Amino acid sequence: MTARQSTTLTRRLDRFLTGHAWLVYLFFYLPILVLIVFSFNESRFFTWEALSLRWYRQMFANDNLMAALWVSLQVATISTIVSTVLGTAAALALERYKRWLGKRTFDALLYLPVIIPDVTMAAMLLVFFTSLGQQLSITTIVLSHIAFNISFVSIVVRARLANLDPSLEEAAADLYAGRWQAFRKVTLPLIMPGVLGGALLALTLSLDDVVITQFVKGPDTLPTFVFGLIKRGVTPEINAVSTLMLTASVVLVLSSLALQRKK
Amino acid sequence: MTAKADGPVTAELEARAEKAESRRGLFLALPSYIYLLFLFALPLVIIGVYSFASRSRTGMPKLEAWNLDSITKLFTDDLVRSIFARSLIVAVLTTTFCLLVGYPFAYYIATRSEKMRNLLLVFVMIPFWTNFLVRTYAWRVLLGEDGLITELGRFLNLWDSMLFTLPAVYIGLIYGFLPFMVLPLYAAIERLDWSLIEAARDLYASGWEAFRKVTLPLTKQGIIAGSILVFIPSLGAYVTPDILGGAKTTLIGNYVVNQFLTARNWPLGSSVSMAIMVVMLIATIWYFRSGAKTL
Repeated sequence: MTARQSTTLTRRLDRFLTGHAWLVYLFFYLPILVLIVFSFNESRFFTWEALSLRWYRQMFANDNLMAALWVSLQVATISTIVSTVLGTAAALALERYKRWLGKRTFDALLYLPVIIPDVTMAAMLLVFFTSLGQQLSITTIVLSHIAFNISFVSIVVRARLANLDPSLEEAAADLYAGRWQAFRKVTLPLIMPGVLGGALLALTLSLDDVVITQFVKGPDTLPTFVFGLIKRGVTPEINAVSTLMLTASVVLVLSSLALQRKK
Repeated sequence: MTAKADGPVTAELEARAEKAESRRGLFLALPSYIYLLFLFALPLVIIGVYSFASRSRTGMPKLEAWNLDSITKLFTDDLVRSIFARSLIVAVLTTTFCLLVGYPFAYYIATRSEKMRNLLLVFVMIPFWTNFLVRTYAWRVLLGEDGLITELGRFLNLWDSMLFTLPAVYIGLIYGFLPFMVLPLYAAIERLDWSLIEAARDLYASGWEAFRKVTLPLTKQGIIAGSILVFIPSLGAYVTPDILGGAKTTLIGNYVVNQFLTARNWPLGSSVSMAIMVVMLIATIWYFRSGAKTL
Protein backbone atom coordinates (compact mmCIF):
# COMPACT_ATOMS: atom_id res chain seq x y z
CA MET A 1 0.00 0.00 0.00
CA THR A 2 2.76 2.47 0.88
CA ALA A 3 4.44 1.94 -2.47
CA ARG A 4 1.19 2.72 -4.20
CA GLN A 5 0.61 5.80 -2.13
CA SER A 6 3.91 7.31 -3.09
CA THR A 7 2.81 7.16 -6.71
CA THR A 8 -0.64 8.61 -6.02
CA LEU A 9 0.28 11.21 -3.47
CA THR A 10 2.84 13.81 -4.22
CA ARG A 11 5.05 14.86 -1.39
CA ARG A 12 3.65 18.38 -1.26
CA LEU A 13 0.09 17.16 -1.05
CA ASP A 14 1.07 14.82 1.73
CA ARG A 15 2.64 17.67 3.65
CA PHE A 16 -0.53 19.70 3.27
CA LEU A 17 -2.66 16.77 4.47
CA THR A 18 -0.43 16.22 7.49
CA GLY A 19 -0.53 19.87 8.49
CA HIS A 20 -4.29 19.99 8.03
CA ALA A 21 -4.77 16.86 10.13
CA TRP A 22 -2.73 18.33 12.98
CA LEU A 23 -4.83 21.47 12.88
CA VAL A 24 -8.04 19.42 13.03
CA TYR A 25 -6.72 17.47 16.02
CA LEU A 26 -5.81 20.76 17.68
CA PHE A 27 -9.36 21.97 17.00
CA PHE A 28 -10.74 18.76 18.57
CA TYR A 29 -8.61 18.80 21.69
CA LEU A 30 -7.79 22.43 22.54
CA PRO A 31 -11.24 23.18 24.06
CA ILE A 32 -11.22 19.98 26.09
CA LEU A 33 -7.72 20.60 27.42
CA VAL A 34 -8.49 24.20 28.39
CA LEU A 35 -11.51 23.01 30.39
CA ILE A 36 -9.50 20.40 32.25
CA VAL A 37 -6.63 22.77 33.05
CA PHE A 38 -8.85 25.55 34.37
CA SER A 39 -10.93 23.19 36.50
CA PHE A 40 -7.80 22.86 38.68
CA ASN A 41 -7.24 26.62 38.88
CA GLU A 42 -7.56 28.41 42.20
CA SER A 43 -8.84 31.63 40.62
CA ARG A 44 -12.45 32.15 39.61
CA PHE A 45 -11.21 33.83 36.42
CA PHE A 46 -9.50 32.40 33.40
CA THR A 47 -6.06 33.52 34.38
CA TRP A 48 -3.85 30.92 35.98
CA GLU A 49 -3.28 31.38 39.70
CA ALA A 50 -2.45 28.12 41.47
CA LEU A 51 -3.25 24.44 41.42
CA SER A 52 -6.31 23.76 43.54
CA LEU A 53 -9.15 21.32 44.09
CA ARG A 54 -11.41 24.10 45.29
CA TRP A 55 -14.00 23.72 42.53
CA TYR A 56 -14.19 19.98 42.96
CA ARG A 57 -14.86 20.41 46.67
CA GLN A 58 -17.50 22.99 45.88
CA MET A 59 -19.08 20.64 43.34
CA PHE A 60 -19.35 17.74 45.78
CA ALA A 61 -20.80 20.10 48.38
CA ASN A 62 -23.54 21.24 45.99
CA ASP A 63 -26.62 19.23 47.03
CA ASN A 64 -28.69 20.12 43.96
CA LEU A 65 -25.91 18.99 41.68
CA MET A 66 -25.48 15.72 43.56
CA ALA A 67 -29.25 15.13 43.42
CA ALA A 68 -29.19 15.69 39.64
CA LEU A 69 -26.27 13.28 39.31
CA TRP A 70 -28.23 10.65 41.23
CA VAL A 71 -31.27 11.12 38.96
CA SER A 72 -29.01 10.78 35.91
CA LEU A 73 -27.46 7.57 37.17
CA GLN A 74 -30.87 6.01 37.82
CA VAL A 75 -32.27 7.09 34.46
CA ALA A 76 -29.18 5.91 32.58
CA THR A 77 -29.06 2.54 34.34
CA ILE A 78 -32.72 1.64 33.96
CA SER A 79 -33.09 2.93 30.40
CA THR A 80 -29.89 1.14 29.34
CA ILE A 81 -30.96 -2.21 30.77
CA VAL A 82 -34.48 -2.09 29.34
CA SER A 83 -33.46 -0.81 25.91
CA THR A 84 -30.62 -3.33 25.65
CA VAL A 85 -32.97 -6.25 26.27
CA LEU A 86 -35.71 -4.93 23.96
CA GLY A 87 -33.28 -3.76 21.27
CA THR A 88 -31.42 -7.08 21.20
CA ALA A 89 -34.69 -9.03 20.87
CA ALA A 90 -35.76 -6.69 18.06
CA ALA A 91 -32.42 -7.19 16.28
CA LEU A 92 -32.76 -10.99 16.54
CA ALA A 93 -36.32 -10.86 15.19
CA LEU A 94 -35.22 -8.80 12.19
CA GLU A 95 -32.00 -10.64 11.37
CA ARG A 96 -32.85 -14.24 12.20
CA TYR A 97 -36.52 -14.61 11.24
CA LYS A 98 -37.30 -14.21 7.56
CA ARG A 99 -40.99 -13.45 7.50
CA TRP A 100 -43.41 -12.37 10.15
CA LEU A 101 -46.46 -10.19 10.46
CA GLY A 102 -45.58 -6.49 10.23
CA LYS A 103 -41.85 -6.99 9.83
CA ARG A 104 -41.34 -4.22 7.28
CA THR A 105 -43.38 -1.69 9.26
CA PHE A 106 -41.40 -2.57 12.35
CA ASP A 107 -38.12 -2.14 10.49
CA ALA A 108 -39.13 1.40 9.43
CA LEU A 109 -40.53 2.26 12.86
CA LEU A 110 -37.26 1.19 14.45
CA TYR A 111 -35.23 3.54 12.22
CA LEU A 112 -37.30 6.67 12.74
CA PRO A 113 -36.15 7.57 16.27
CA VAL A 114 -32.56 7.62 14.99
CA ILE A 115 -33.15 10.14 12.21
CA ILE A 116 -35.82 12.32 13.81
CA PRO A 117 -34.47 15.66 15.14
CA ASP A 118 -34.24 15.87 18.93
CA VAL A 119 -36.58 18.84 19.22
CA THR A 120 -39.34 17.06 17.30
CA MET A 121 -39.04 13.94 19.44
CA ALA A 122 -38.99 16.09 22.58
CA ALA A 123 -42.11 17.98 21.55
CA MET A 124 -43.90 14.73 20.62
CA LEU A 125 -43.22 13.10 23.96
CA LEU A 126 -44.20 16.17 25.99
CA VAL A 127 -47.49 16.46 24.10
CA PHE A 128 -48.07 12.73 24.51
CA PHE A 129 -47.49 12.65 28.28
CA THR A 130 -49.57 15.75 28.91
CA SER A 131 -52.47 14.59 26.78
CA LEU A 132 -52.51 11.38 28.83
CA GLY A 133 -52.61 13.53 31.95
CA GLN A 134 -49.31 11.99 33.03
CA GLN A 135 -47.42 14.02 35.64
CA LEU A 136 -43.86 14.71 34.45
CA SER A 137 -41.41 12.85 36.68
CA ILE A 138 -38.33 10.67 36.64
CA THR A 139 -40.56 7.96 35.11
CA THR A 140 -41.35 10.07 32.05
CA ILE A 141 -37.60 10.71 31.58
CA VAL A 142 -36.86 6.98 31.73
CA LEU A 143 -39.71 6.13 29.33
CA SER A 144 -38.45 8.73 26.83
CA HIS A 145 -34.84 7.57 27.01
CA ILE A 146 -35.90 3.98 26.37
CA ALA A 147 -37.88 5.19 23.35
CA PHE A 148 -34.79 6.54 21.58
CA ASN A 149 -32.31 3.98 22.91
CA ILE A 150 -34.07 0.82 21.63
CA SER A 151 -33.28 1.85 18.05
CA PHE A 152 -29.61 2.58 18.67
CA VAL A 153 -29.07 -0.71 20.50
CA SER A 154 -30.81 -2.69 17.78
CA ILE A 155 -28.69 -1.09 15.05
CA VAL A 156 -25.46 -2.04 16.81
CA VAL A 157 -26.64 -5.61 17.54
CA ARG A 158 -27.95 -6.05 13.99
CA ALA A 159 -24.56 -5.08 12.57
CA ARG A 160 -22.99 -7.80 14.70
CA LEU A 161 -25.62 -10.40 13.75
CA ALA A 162 -25.28 -9.64 10.05
CA ASN A 163 -21.57 -10.44 10.18
CA LEU A 164 -22.20 -13.69 12.00
CA ASP A 165 -22.22 -17.09 10.35
CA PRO A 166 -25.72 -18.60 10.91
CA SER A 167 -24.30 -22.09 10.33
CA LEU A 168 -22.92 -22.07 13.86
CA GLU A 169 -26.43 -21.79 15.30
CA GLU A 170 -27.65 -24.39 12.82
CA ALA A 171 -24.88 -26.73 13.95
CA ALA A 172 -26.04 -26.33 17.53
CA ALA A 173 -29.59 -27.17 16.46
CA ASP A 174 -28.31 -30.24 14.57
CA LEU A 175 -26.64 -31.39 17.75
CA TYR A 176 -30.04 -31.38 19.45
CA ALA A 177 -29.58 -28.18 21.40
CA GLY A 178 -32.94 -26.71 22.34
CA ARG A 179 -33.74 -23.23 21.07
CA TRP A 180 -33.00 -21.59 24.38
CA GLN A 181 -29.85 -23.65 24.84
CA ALA A 182 -28.62 -22.80 21.34
CA PHE A 183 -29.29 -19.14 22.02
CA ARG A 184 -27.62 -19.07 25.42
CA LYS A 185 -24.60 -21.22 24.56
CA VAL A 186 -23.95 -20.19 20.95
CA THR A 187 -25.73 -17.06 19.73
CA LEU A 188 -25.51 -14.93 22.87
CA PRO A 189 -21.75 -15.35 23.43
CA LEU A 190 -21.18 -14.56 19.75
CA ILE A 191 -23.25 -11.38 19.75
CA MET A 192 -22.13 -10.30 23.22
CA PRO A 193 -19.65 -7.64 21.96
CA GLY A 194 -22.50 -6.16 19.92
CA VAL A 195 -24.91 -6.25 22.87
CA LEU A 196 -22.39 -4.61 25.20
CA GLY A 197 -21.46 -2.07 22.53
CA GLY A 198 -25.13 -1.22 22.13
CA ALA A 199 -25.53 -0.92 25.89
CA LEU A 200 -22.55 1.46 26.09
CA LEU A 201 -24.01 3.59 23.32
CA ALA A 202 -27.37 3.68 25.13
CA LEU A 203 -25.63 4.67 28.35
CA THR A 204 -23.72 7.45 26.59
CA LEU A 205 -26.80 8.79 24.82
CA SER A 206 -28.79 8.76 28.03
CA LEU A 207 -26.06 10.67 29.89
CA ASP A 208 -25.72 13.04 26.92
CA ASP A 209 -29.31 14.02 26.33
CA VAL A 210 -30.39 17.56 27.12
CA VAL A 211 -33.20 18.43 24.72
CA ILE A 212 -35.61 15.54 25.22
CA THR A 213 -35.01 15.44 28.97
CA GLN A 214 -35.57 19.19 29.20
CA PHE A 215 -39.10 18.68 27.85
CA VAL A 216 -40.21 15.64 29.83
CA LYS A 217 -38.31 16.07 33.09
CA GLY A 218 -39.68 16.13 36.52
CA PRO A 219 -36.42 16.47 38.48
CA ASP A 220 -33.25 17.70 36.75
CA THR A 221 -30.73 15.23 35.36
CA LEU A 222 -27.04 16.15 35.44
CA PRO A 223 -27.03 17.49 31.84
CA THR A 224 -30.18 19.62 32.25
CA PHE A 225 -28.89 20.94 35.59
CA VAL A 226 -25.50 21.83 34.09
CA PHE A 227 -27.26 23.34 31.08
CA GLY A 228 -29.16 25.63 33.46
CA LEU A 229 -25.91 26.58 35.20
CA ILE A 230 -24.20 27.38 31.90
CA LYS A 231 -27.04 29.64 30.85
CA ARG A 232 -26.55 31.63 34.03
CA GLY A 233 -22.86 32.10 33.26
CA VAL A 234 -19.45 30.48 33.27
CA THR A 235 -18.00 29.31 36.59
CA PRO A 236 -15.02 27.08 37.37
CA GLU A 237 -17.47 24.78 39.17
CA ILE A 238 -18.95 23.90 35.78
CA ASN A 239 -15.40 23.22 34.57
CA ALA A 240 -15.02 20.71 37.40
CA VAL A 241 -18.33 18.98 36.57
CA SER A 242 -17.37 18.99 32.89
CA THR A 243 -14.03 17.38 33.63
CA LEU A 244 -15.77 14.60 35.53
CA MET A 245 -18.27 14.10 32.70
CA LEU A 246 -15.35 14.05 30.27
CA THR A 247 -13.57 11.41 32.29
CA ALA A 248 -16.73 9.30 32.24
CA SER A 249 -16.93 9.68 28.44
CA VAL A 250 -13.30 8.68 27.94
CA VAL A 251 -13.82 5.59 30.12
CA LEU A 252 -16.83 4.71 27.96
CA VAL A 253 -14.85 5.12 24.70
CA LEU A 254 -12.01 3.00 25.96
CA SER A 255 -14.39 0.25 27.08
CA SER A 256 -16.15 0.28 23.73
CA LEU A 257 -12.79 0.01 21.99
CA ALA A 258 -11.80 -2.88 24.23
CA LEU A 259 -15.06 -4.57 23.20
CA GLN A 260 -14.32 -4.04 19.51
CA ARG A 261 -10.92 -5.65 19.97
CA LYS A 262 -12.69 -8.87 20.95
CA LYS A 263 -13.97 -9.27 17.40
CA MET B 1 -43.81 -44.96 3.88
CA THR B 2 -43.63 -44.61 0.13
CA ALA B 3 -41.91 -41.82 -1.60
CA LYS B 4 -45.25 -40.58 -2.95
CA ALA B 5 -46.78 -40.07 0.48
CA ASP B 6 -43.65 -38.34 1.64
CA GLY B 7 -44.19 -35.19 -0.49
CA PRO B 8 -47.35 -33.64 1.00
CA VAL B 9 -46.36 -34.60 4.54
CA THR B 10 -43.03 -32.75 4.34
CA ALA B 11 -44.76 -29.80 2.73
CA GLU B 12 -47.24 -29.65 5.57
CA LEU B 13 -44.49 -30.00 8.15
CA GLU B 14 -42.53 -27.25 6.46
CA ALA B 15 -45.56 -24.97 6.38
CA ARG B 16 -46.11 -25.62 10.06
CA ALA B 17 -42.46 -24.98 10.84
CA GLU B 18 -42.58 -21.73 8.90
CA LYS B 19 -45.64 -20.62 10.83
CA ALA B 20 -43.94 -21.40 14.14
CA GLU B 21 -40.89 -19.56 12.87
CA SER B 22 -42.89 -16.44 12.03
CA ARG B 23 -44.66 -16.59 15.40
CA ARG B 24 -41.29 -16.61 17.13
CA GLY B 25 -40.08 -13.65 15.09
CA LEU B 26 -43.10 -11.59 16.00
CA PHE B 27 -42.90 -12.71 19.61
CA LEU B 28 -39.30 -11.45 19.88
CA ALA B 29 -40.10 -8.12 18.29
CA LEU B 30 -43.40 -7.62 20.11
CA PRO B 31 -42.18 -5.82 23.27
CA SER B 32 -40.26 -3.16 21.34
CA TYR B 33 -42.96 -3.08 18.66
CA ILE B 34 -45.63 -2.19 21.21
CA TYR B 35 -43.27 0.17 23.01
CA LEU B 36 -42.47 2.14 19.87
CA LEU B 37 -46.09 2.20 18.73
CA PHE B 38 -47.09 3.78 22.04
CA LEU B 39 -44.10 5.98 22.79
CA PHE B 40 -43.15 6.95 19.27
CA ALA B 41 -45.80 6.42 16.59
CA LEU B 42 -48.74 7.57 18.71
CA PRO B 43 -46.98 10.77 19.94
CA LEU B 44 -46.05 11.51 16.33
CA VAL B 45 -49.69 11.24 15.30
CA ILE B 46 -50.84 13.38 18.24
CA ILE B 47 -48.41 16.17 17.43
CA GLY B 48 -49.60 16.03 13.83
CA VAL B 49 -53.18 16.46 15.05
CA TYR B 50 -52.17 19.29 17.37
CA SER B 51 -50.83 21.25 14.41
CA PHE B 52 -54.45 21.75 13.41
CA ALA B 53 -55.74 22.63 16.87
CA SER B 54 -56.24 26.16 18.12
CA ARG B 55 -54.61 27.74 21.10
CA SER B 56 -56.56 28.24 24.31
CA ARG B 57 -55.86 31.06 26.74
CA THR B 58 -53.56 28.84 28.84
CA GLY B 59 -51.54 27.84 25.79
CA MET B 60 -52.83 24.29 25.79
CA PRO B 61 -54.38 23.29 22.47
CA LYS B 62 -58.16 23.25 22.22
CA LEU B 63 -59.23 20.15 20.46
CA GLU B 64 -62.47 21.41 18.94
CA ALA B 65 -61.77 24.51 16.87
CA TRP B 66 -59.76 22.90 14.09
CA ASN B 67 -57.99 25.23 11.70
CA LEU B 68 -54.96 25.67 9.48
CA ASP B 69 -53.61 28.73 11.32
CA SER B 70 -50.46 27.08 12.65
CA ILE B 71 -49.72 25.55 9.26
CA THR B 72 -50.25 28.74 7.24
CA LYS B 73 -48.15 30.63 9.77
CA LEU B 74 -45.17 28.58 8.58
CA PHE B 75 -45.45 30.26 5.19
CA THR B 76 -46.85 33.68 6.06
CA ASP B 77 -45.40 34.72 9.40
CA ASP B 78 -42.28 36.77 8.75
CA LEU B 79 -40.55 35.77 11.97
CA VAL B 80 -41.11 32.03 11.44
CA ARG B 81 -40.05 32.30 7.81
CA SER B 82 -36.86 34.21 8.52
CA ILE B 83 -35.89 31.84 11.36
CA PHE B 84 -36.56 28.82 9.17
CA ALA B 85 -34.54 30.30 6.30
CA ARG B 86 -31.66 31.14 8.65
CA SER B 87 -31.68 27.60 10.05
CA LEU B 88 -31.58 26.07 6.57
CA ILE B 89 -28.64 28.29 5.60
CA VAL B 90 -26.83 27.47 8.85
CA ALA B 91 -27.42 23.73 8.34
CA VAL B 92 -26.24 23.81 4.70
CA LEU B 93 -23.14 25.91 5.48
CA THR B 94 -22.24 23.79 8.52
CA THR B 95 -22.49 20.68 6.34
CA THR B 96 -20.34 22.30 3.65
CA PHE B 97 -17.65 23.41 6.13
CA CYS B 98 -17.58 19.95 7.72
CA LEU B 99 -17.17 18.36 4.29
CA LEU B 100 -14.36 20.72 3.26
CA VAL B 101 -12.50 20.20 6.53
CA GLY B 102 -13.42 16.55 6.96
CA TYR B 103 -12.52 15.20 3.51
CA PRO B 104 -8.78 15.94 3.51
CA PHE B 105 -8.68 14.92 7.16
CA ALA B 106 -10.35 11.54 6.51
CA TYR B 107 -8.11 11.11 3.45
CA TYR B 108 -5.06 11.66 5.60
CA ILE B 109 -6.14 9.05 8.15
CA ALA B 110 -7.14 6.51 5.50
CA THR B 111 -3.75 6.69 3.76
CA ARG B 112 -1.61 5.98 6.84
CA SER B 113 -0.25 2.57 7.83
CA GLU B 114 -2.74 0.28 9.55
CA LYS B 115 -1.34 0.77 13.04
CA MET B 116 -1.29 4.54 12.65
CA ARG B 117 -4.84 4.52 11.20
CA ASN B 118 -6.27 2.80 14.24
CA LEU B 119 -4.54 5.20 16.60
CA LEU B 120 -5.66 8.26 14.64
CA LEU B 121 -9.23 6.91 14.59
CA VAL B 122 -9.29 6.49 18.36
CA PHE B 123 -8.46 10.17 18.64
CA VAL B 124 -11.46 10.98 16.45
CA MET B 125 -13.71 8.67 18.48
CA ILE B 126 -12.91 10.35 21.80
CA PRO B 127 -14.53 13.71 20.92
CA PHE B 128 -17.28 11.76 19.13
CA TRP B 129 -18.26 10.04 22.37
CA THR B 130 -17.58 12.98 24.65
CA ASN B 131 -20.55 14.67 26.23
CA PHE B 132 -21.99 17.15 23.74
CA LEU B 133 -22.95 19.72 26.36
CA VAL B 134 -19.43 19.74 27.79
CA ARG B 135 -17.92 20.20 24.35
CA THR B 136 -20.21 23.15 23.60
CA TYR B 137 -19.54 24.69 26.99
CA ALA B 138 -15.80 24.53 26.28
CA TRP B 139 -16.31 26.96 23.41
CA ARG B 140 -18.21 29.32 25.63
CA VAL B 141 -15.05 29.46 27.72
CA LEU B 142 -12.68 29.87 24.74
CA LEU B 143 -14.77 32.49 22.96
CA GLY B 144 -15.74 34.40 26.10
CA GLU B 145 -14.52 37.79 27.30
CA ASP B 146 -11.07 36.63 28.42
CA GLY B 147 -11.03 33.31 26.59
CA LEU B 148 -8.00 32.01 24.72
CA ILE B 149 -9.45 32.53 21.23
CA THR B 150 -10.61 36.05 22.07
CA GLU B 151 -7.14 36.93 23.37
CA LEU B 152 -5.61 35.51 20.20
CA GLY B 153 -7.96 37.57 18.03
CA ARG B 154 -7.12 40.72 19.97
CA PHE B 155 -3.40 39.98 19.70
CA LEU B 156 -3.71 39.55 15.93
CA ASN B 157 -6.07 42.50 15.77
CA LEU B 158 -8.53 40.38 13.79
CA TRP B 159 -11.51 39.67 16.02
CA ASP B 160 -12.96 40.38 19.43
CA SER B 161 -15.14 38.08 21.54
CA MET B 162 -17.37 36.17 19.12
CA LEU B 163 -19.66 34.84 21.84
CA PHE B 164 -23.40 35.31 21.16
CA THR B 165 -22.84 35.86 17.44
CA LEU B 166 -23.47 33.66 14.41
CA PRO B 167 -19.76 32.76 13.90
CA ALA B 168 -19.73 31.31 17.43
CA VAL B 169 -22.76 29.16 16.54
CA TYR B 170 -20.99 27.93 13.39
CA ILE B 171 -17.85 27.05 15.34
CA GLY B 172 -19.91 25.16 17.92
CA LEU B 173 -21.90 23.24 15.30
CA ILE B 174 -18.84 22.31 13.24
CA TYR B 175 -17.03 21.25 16.39
CA GLY B 176 -19.98 19.17 17.51
CA PHE B 177 -20.74 17.42 14.24
CA LEU B 178 -17.38 17.13 12.42
CA PRO B 179 -16.84 13.55 13.70
CA PHE B 180 -20.17 12.55 12.09
CA MET B 181 -18.71 13.66 8.77
CA VAL B 182 -15.23 12.19 9.24
CA LEU B 183 -16.24 8.64 10.18
CA PRO B 184 -18.34 7.74 7.07
CA LEU B 185 -15.83 9.57 4.82
CA TYR B 186 -13.03 7.57 6.35
CA ALA B 187 -14.94 4.32 5.79
CA ALA B 188 -15.47 5.22 2.10
CA ILE B 189 -11.90 6.34 1.42
CA GLU B 190 -10.42 3.38 3.24
CA ARG B 191 -12.36 0.97 0.99
CA LEU B 192 -11.07 2.70 -2.13
CA ASP B 193 -9.41 0.54 -4.77
CA TRP B 194 -6.11 2.44 -5.20
CA SER B 195 -5.23 0.63 -8.40
CA LEU B 196 -8.02 2.57 -10.15
CA ILE B 197 -6.34 5.86 -9.27
CA GLU B 198 -3.00 4.47 -10.42
CA ALA B 199 -4.62 3.45 -13.69
CA ALA B 200 -5.94 6.99 -14.14
CA ARG B 201 -2.46 8.38 -13.49
CA ASP B 202 -0.95 5.91 -15.93
CA LEU B 203 -3.35 7.25 -18.53
CA TYR B 204 -1.88 10.70 -17.96
CA ALA B 205 -4.61 12.13 -15.75
CA SER B 206 -3.25 14.91 -13.55
CA GLY B 207 -3.50 14.46 -9.79
CA TRP B 208 -6.49 16.77 -9.65
CA GLU B 209 -8.22 15.06 -12.59
CA ALA B 210 -7.70 11.64 -11.05
CA PHE B 211 -9.18 12.93 -7.82
CA ARG B 212 -12.16 14.57 -9.47
CA LYS B 213 -12.97 11.77 -11.90
CA VAL B 214 -12.04 8.68 -9.88
CA THR B 215 -11.62 9.28 -6.14
CA LEU B 216 -14.54 11.66 -5.68
CA PRO B 217 -17.19 9.54 -7.47
CA LEU B 218 -15.98 6.39 -5.69
CA THR B 219 -16.34 8.02 -2.28
CA LYS B 220 -19.73 9.57 -3.04
CA GLN B 221 -21.49 7.25 -0.61
CA GLY B 222 -19.37 8.47 2.27
CA ILE B 223 -19.88 12.10 1.25
CA ILE B 224 -23.66 11.71 1.19
CA ALA B 225 -23.82 9.71 4.43
CA GLY B 226 -21.62 12.22 6.26
CA SER B 227 -23.59 15.17 4.90
CA ILE B 228 -26.91 13.72 6.06
CA LEU B 229 -25.48 12.93 9.49
CA VAL B 230 -24.33 16.55 9.87
CA PHE B 231 -27.30 18.23 8.18
CA ILE B 232 -30.06 16.65 10.31
CA PRO B 233 -28.72 17.55 13.76
CA SER B 234 -27.60 21.01 12.55
CA LEU B 235 -31.11 21.75 11.32
CA GLY B 236 -32.68 20.81 14.64
CA ALA B 237 -29.87 22.24 16.78
CA TYR B 238 -30.94 23.72 20.08
CA VAL B 239 -28.15 23.41 22.66
CA THR B 240 -25.39 25.00 20.55
CA PRO B 241 -27.27 28.15 19.45
CA ASP B 242 -28.70 28.47 22.96
CA ILE B 243 -25.30 28.46 24.65
CA LEU B 244 -23.14 30.18 22.03
CA GLY B 245 -25.65 32.29 20.12
CA GLY B 246 -27.63 35.35 21.05
CA ALA B 247 -31.08 36.77 20.49
CA LYS B 248 -30.31 37.53 16.84
CA THR B 249 -29.15 34.00 16.08
CA THR B 250 -32.29 32.11 17.11
CA LEU B 251 -32.57 28.93 15.08
CA ILE B 252 -35.64 26.84 14.42
CA GLY B 253 -34.78 24.41 17.22
CA ASN B 254 -34.76 27.25 19.77
CA TYR B 255 -38.01 28.55 18.33
CA VAL B 256 -39.75 25.19 18.88
CA VAL B 257 -38.45 24.89 22.43
CA ASN B 258 -39.64 28.43 23.06
CA GLN B 259 -43.14 27.72 21.79
CA PHE B 260 -43.45 24.71 24.08
CA LEU B 261 -41.66 25.79 27.24
CA THR B 262 -41.98 29.60 27.30
CA ALA B 263 -44.49 31.08 24.86
CA ARG B 264 -46.86 28.15 25.40
CA ASN B 265 -48.22 28.07 21.88
CA TRP B 266 -48.34 24.30 21.43
CA PRO B 267 -50.17 24.19 18.10
CA LEU B 268 -47.56 26.46 16.50
CA GLY B 269 -44.72 24.53 18.16
CA SER B 270 -46.23 21.30 16.85
CA SER B 271 -46.53 22.51 13.28
CA VAL B 272 -42.98 23.91 13.24
CA SER B 273 -41.52 20.68 14.63
CA MET B 274 -43.48 18.72 12.02
CA ALA B 275 -42.00 21.02 9.35
CA ILE B 276 -38.46 20.27 10.59
CA MET B 277 -39.27 16.58 10.39
CA VAL B 278 -40.55 16.89 6.83
CA VAL B 279 -37.32 18.60 5.69
CA MET B 280 -35.35 15.89 7.44
CA LEU B 281 -37.42 13.12 5.81
CA ILE B 282 -36.88 14.64 2.36
CA ALA B 283 -33.13 14.71 3.01
CA THR B 284 -33.15 11.09 4.17
CA ILE B 285 -35.23 9.86 1.22
CA TRP B 286 -32.90 11.71 -1.12
CA TYR B 287 -30.01 9.95 0.57
CA PHE B 288 -31.48 6.48 0.05
CA ARG B 289 -32.39 7.35 -3.54
CA SER B 290 -28.90 8.49 -4.44
CA GLY B 291 -27.49 5.48 -2.61
CA ALA B 292 -29.60 3.21 -4.79
CA LYS B 293 -28.29 4.88 -7.93
CA THR B 294 -24.65 4.30 -7.18
CA LEU B 295 -25.08 0.74 -5.98
